[in-house]
Amino acid sequence: MNLAGLWMAGTEATMWLPPQKSVNGHKVDELFNFILYVNYFFLAVITILMIVFVIKYARGKQEESREPQPSPSHNTALELVWSIGPLFLVLYIFWVGWTGYLDLRTPPGDAFEVHVTGQKWSWTFTYPNGHVDADLLVPVGQPVRLTMGSEDVLHSFFIPAFRAKMDVVPGRYTTMWFTATEAGDYDVYCTEYCGTEHSSMGARLLAMPPAEFEAELAKRSNYLENDPPLVAGEKVYRIQGCTQCHSIDGTDGIGPSFKGIVLGQSRPLADGSQVVYDENYVRESIMEPQAKIAAGYDPVMPTYKGRLKDKAITVLIQYIKSLNDE
Amino acid sequence: MTTTIPHTTTTHEVDESNYLKAGRGFKSWFFTLDHKRIGLMYLLGITIVFFVAGAMAVLLRTELAAPGQTIFNADTYNQMFTLHGAMMVFLFIIPSVPAVLGNFALPIMLGAKDVAFPKLNLFSFHLWIIGAIFFVGTLLTGGLDTGWTFYTPYSVTTSTSVIMAVMGAFILGFSSIFTGMNMVVTVHKMRPPGMTFFRMPLFVWAIYATAIIQVLATPVLGITLLMLAVERAFGLGIFDPALGGDPVLFQHFFWFYSHPAVYIMILPGMGIISELMATFSRKHIFSYRWIAYSSVAIAIFGFLVWGHHMFTSGQSRLASFIFSALTFSVSIPSAIKVFNWVGTMYKGSVSLATPMLYALSFLFLFTIGGLTGIFLGALSVDVHLHDTYFVVAHFHYVMMGGTVIAFIGGLYYWWPKIWGRMYNETVGKIGCVLVFLGFNLTFLPQFVMGSKGMPRRYFDYPPEFQMYHMLSTSGAYLLGFGMLVVAVNLISAIKRGAPAPANPWGAATLEWTCSSPPPHHNFDETPSVGDPYAMENVIYDPQEGGWVARREGEVGEVRKAGAGA
Repeated sequence: MNLAGLWMAGTEATMWLPPQKSVNGHKVDELFNFILYVNYFFLAVITILMIVFVIKYARGKQEESREPQPSPSHNTALELVWSIGPLFLVLYIFWVGWTGYLDLRTPPGDAFEVHVTGQKWSWTFTYPNGHVDADLLVPVGQPVRLTMGSEDVLHSFFIPAFRAKMDVVPGRYTTMWFTATEAGDYDVYCTEYCGTEHSSMGARLLAMPPAEFEAELAKRSNYLENDPPLVAGEKVYRIQGCTQCHSIDGTDGIGPSFKGIVLGQSRPLADGSQVVYDENYVRESIMEPQAKIAAGYDPVMPTYKGRLKDKAITVLIQYIKSLNDE
Repeated sequence: MTTTIPHTTTTHEVDESNYLKAGRGFKSWFFTLDHKRIGLMYLLGITIVFFVAGAMAVLLRTELAAPGQTIFNADTYNQMFTLHGAMMVFLFIIPSVPAVLGNFALPIMLGAKDVAFPKLNLFSFHLWIIGAIFFVGTLLTGGLDTGWTFYTPYSVTTSTSVIMAVMGAFILGFSSIFTGMNMVVTVHKMRPPGMTFFRMPLFVWAIYATAIIQVLATPVLGITLLMLAVERAFGLGIFDPALGGDPVLFQHFFWFYSHPAVYIMILPGMGIISELMATFSRKHIFSYRWIAYSSVAIAIFGFLVWGHHMFTSGQSRLASFIFSALTFSVSIPSAIKVFNWVGTMYKGSVSLATPMLYALSFLFLFTIGGLTGIFLGALSVDVHLHDTYFVVAHFHYVMMGGTVIAFIGGLYYWWPKIWGRMYNETVGKIGCVLVFLGFNLTFLPQFVMGSKGMPRRYFDYPPEFQMYHMLSTSGAYLLGFGMLVVAVNLISAIKRGAPAPANPWGAATLEWTCSSPPPHHNFDETPSVGDPYAMENVIYDPQEGGWVARREGEVGEVRKAGAGA
């Protein structure tokens, strides 16, 4: 019999815990509640004894020399009781915590796989079909396994409503898994300090019934057709990693910023010649980045030939142009 | 045996019967070898740090009173929580009890004239000053925004003054090691005839156990921080994966020191509480040996549990299993202490003087701090609570509700001995109540918001957490005000307090047998030693206004004390 089961956990918020909407989370809540009552009990015992002793054995103001009553200063039986009793209690708590932890850390074989990338200060999610999104879409009732990596420093992926958390470490992959029990829009936080925007490094987790999930993922995967050009262009910019080198606010990076250029003007190149900055130059720079290097930058950009559809290049160019509209 | 004391100062007339008057001027303090003066210089230094880092805490809480930007931006917030933590840990709480009260009281409790290595003791204080200068330098040269934990690879890549801060912590580490070495040797070599290990006051036991951790664990921090500095300066790949290193390795190294360091911080506080509970209950401490052994047990187990800071780091399941199991083993010696402290009051003669109010506050707050550790030691629950405000609340209950409260209680307790003056009892009690209420109002709401999912080190937060943040911020103001009351009360006692008797509390340990303040060399004759908790050996003398040794066969108007031991 699982003793912690006596402190059955519901799925709604309590004074202490937020709503619980995952298959494994209730085990966390049950142990949490059990320990909470252990806490209340021992704190009450200690506090009541303190108050009783302070009142009952008070020295009083006018009796500086009132002597204590005779009493032993040691009792081995008592010591053994109050050391070994709590020892069994904490060993029990340890064991329940361990088994719950194993459940949280052992994904079933048939889980839906999503790859999570953490970078300062956003999350991106790559789905099995290759689609990359800023939201985490998951089907309700089906196990989801996240394989996570970081582009820069430590992050940690925390879904309070699922009682799930795992650090995201550069240079290795970590995994976590969960099964959502209810459709909804859940908060995701970064819980490993990562710099300036640490507290805004959140994401939305959208849990949907399986059919709705399939439709939404298909729709989002085809964003080039479904989204307005500028929205699609921004997605290309973020998803394809342009953001790593090309800023959109004029800040200089590894490559030139996308802001602060005027189409049709000529720009200096690294070899001293000039080029007219137009749609065809942008297109060429994506497909053959080494052909015409802008002055002041290193030839480090990889080619996107074969990786981008024509439509993606078209909306990306429209997006860049929109950044420079006055 | 009588000893003539050589005069060490020639420029001024010196009064060897009062260490405060034995030498005047800056040099007589800054280059003194007197353990009591070194302790007081530490007290001045760490008090300044405490109020600077405490003011930062109040500013942080002000920023968090409402979501979004309130008084400063995210980068300033990040620097401020980093410096609050780093200064409180490295500059304040680690040296607090051992270097101030340990330095002042421990040699006198052993009936000794000084610590074993007085020059090393002074050197350790000078190192503290140099370490503090490095931290000021960090502030002036770009600040620090890594968090006090210096986690890699963030600390390798940030543009702030990591190397300067790391060097400061490195130097402070040596300051701590030297204090520890001094205490270990003093306890082993300078006990008076008749004082076996099991006749040492429990404060001495606690400082001794602490000193062993300081000596064994701190070098690991030094090496780790050096490696971090080398990685930053020369691009050598140790912890940064971009250079071929392993960031989780840093966490192992860091916590191999920093978890035992938690016990460097709390054990001396526990030692103070053992003294206070016995003295103000006028009772032999309950179960002396179990308390002494539990200090040693905590020191040993403390080395084996560092991985419980890393349950979500990606360390192996086997490692998590072992660290969680060992973590629960540490809870038992702490529980033993709490039960024995409460048991000491049983059938005692309990006085509610200010130091005892702090001891009782400690019992309540440390019990909460310890019990909430059970949530964090349990693997599955820790996954939810890790890096939330629940952890922030937990360690503030242990470090501040535990160590700082015990430290203030100890200051009030030994203040008459240090200065020869009594403090104002009424203001002392008011200050304690303010601190107690302010503390709970600050940190209890943090448990709730943490378990509801509020992550720590957040500049901004979702509006649903605002109520808890508002409560916490108002508690911080009350707590800050209470601390000012405490400081004003203690400082004003130095000049204006009533003269203190040698033994104002009725304690039976040796430091109360020499005058208040003690002579330059503490004791002219090595005192005789008995049971440090034989309270029946001292009796209140209304003419003296304090407690004096009971003469043979004297019973007087009081009942004979109960049998001890």
